[in-house]
Amino acid sequence: MLKIDDLLKQPGGWLAPGEDNGIVISSRVRLARNLQGRAFPGWAGEEECARIWQDLLPVLRDCKSLSQPLYTEMVELNGLDKQVLFERNLISREHAQKKKGSGLILRKDERMGVMVNEEDHLRLQAMEPGLNVTSIWKRIDRFDTEIEKKARYAFSAKIGYLTACPSNVGTGMRASVLLRVPGLVMMNEINAVVRGLAKIGLAIRGLWGEGSEAAGNMFQVSNQMTLGEREEDIASNLEQIVLEIVEHELNARVRLMETQEDLVRDRVGRALGILSGAHILSSKESLDLLSDLRLGSDLGILTAVDGRTIDQLIILTQPAHLQKVEGKKLNVKDRDMARARLVRKRIEKAMGGAR
Amino acid sequence: MMLCEKCKEKEATIHLTQVMDGAVKKVHLCEECAASSGFDVQGPSSITDILLGIGGGSVLPESGKKDRADRACPHCHMKLSDFKKTGRLGCPGCYEAFEDELVSLLKVMHRKEVHSGKVPSRESVRVRKSAEIASLERALEEAIEAEQFEEAARIRDRIRDCRRAVEKKKEKPDGHVED
Repeated sequence: MLKIDDLLKQPGGWLAPGEDNGIVISSRVRLARNLQGRAFPGWAGEEECARIWQDLLPVLRDCKSLSQPLYTEMVELNGLDKQVLFERNLISREHAQKKKGSGLILRKDERMGVMVNEEDHLRLQAMEPGLNVTSIWKRIDRFDTEIEKKARYAFSAKIGYLTACPSNVGTGMRASVLLRVPGLVMMNEINAVVRGLAKIGLAIRGLWGEGSEAAGNMFQVSNQMTLGEREEDIASNLEQIVLEIVEHELNARVRLMETQEDLVRDRVGRALGILSGAHILSSKESLDLLSDLRLGSDLGILTAVDGRTIDQLIILTQPAHLQKVEGKKLNVKDRDMARARLVRKRIEKAMGGAR
Repeated sequence: MMLCEKCKEKEATIHLTQVMDGAVKKVHLCEECAASSGFDVQGPSSITDILLGIGGGSVLPESGKKDRADRACPHCHMKLSDFKKTGRLGCPGCYEAFEDELVSLLKVMHRKEVHSGKVPSRESVRVRKSAEIASLERALEEAIEAEQFEEAARIRDRIRDCRRAVEKKKEKPDGHVED
């Protein structure tokens, strides 16, 4: 069984604090797969979904790639626990709302898992910190091959793996990389990057994506097209483009410091001031300020607070994580106060250690 | 400056591609008209929703020949109109049932029409080989474009071998060849 409290003891498969270079946070690959001759989850009805879950659970549980995984049906979790899974990038918002027959099967280290009966029967997903799309593809490919020995996938020789939404047909593969690009945002160059990516068929959106909003200057870049490209090529193309974005970001940071160093120092200093003194912090405000702090630490302006502390706070200040840490459900106002308390405490501790 | 098709006054800044009755149409709108037509311009909606005009397809005039039979998938009984409403298919069989409609949609979405990636090892030799041929044909095009003619010749030979394997399979339809 999957216990949410156990997950909270570990950093998360994608956000491994301090392991990234400050720009590329993590990489992720997902594969959409469906069973031959069975209706897709959105059309199948609850009973058929429940049967599919019953059929798939033993197959997936025994996969070596998952090494004795944790698993749960969505209906067995309360709202807060589901929110934690969403904040850890383990399930989608839609999956959290699903009824009987929808579930999650997860490797204990959170680096590989399957959403069962989300939009497709299976959504295999794997993630790692850093820029590792190709190695993740190799890993998830082995996992997929393990499953296909026991389950018959819906597949067409012409158009590949068949998926509920035609936009996923072919490889069923969506590879994505999570990036932090404050330099491009502050130099007003992010829009040009977004337009450029769209032209070459890549999508870019904010993390915890609500529309075009990108909290904390974090963006997710992914392939849009799934038909006609080989998986290896999708992975290596994405990696190539991400390296170019990293180059642009580094370049933007240099120019930022050349032209507006005072402004940057001011911004980092203010962020530290507010975070170490505020008593009410919304989740958006704290994410943005933590992002400024992290930039300050990457640029060497701020040495008192390390990147690791900042990254841990990014996930711990998310609404559901915060309530889990506090051990109770909180309304928005109490949450904002608890968030400020947690941030103050952690920053104080980090600065005390640095002294 | 390109004018918005709807109000014909402001500059068109939203450019959408939609699929209607199997044909692809471009729509150019100003931000306000797009919003008033219900397009969630900011939202992270699926490209399928955009192409099918879900969440605001009212910009394009309804086609005159409205009552083309609303076919249903013989496997899961999803109707074509259901798919157009939700943007999601009912079962793997729908791809065959609605093939005519889906071909143009897939082409706009992916700019390609044939899968060239992984093939499940369980698929029949025929399926695996035809997928391999599709992938090799692409490699052949690339090799010719790059003027690597020796490589191209090698790929051509492999395609020929694959085609032979498929032919052989056709002659013995029930030979459970598992290699």
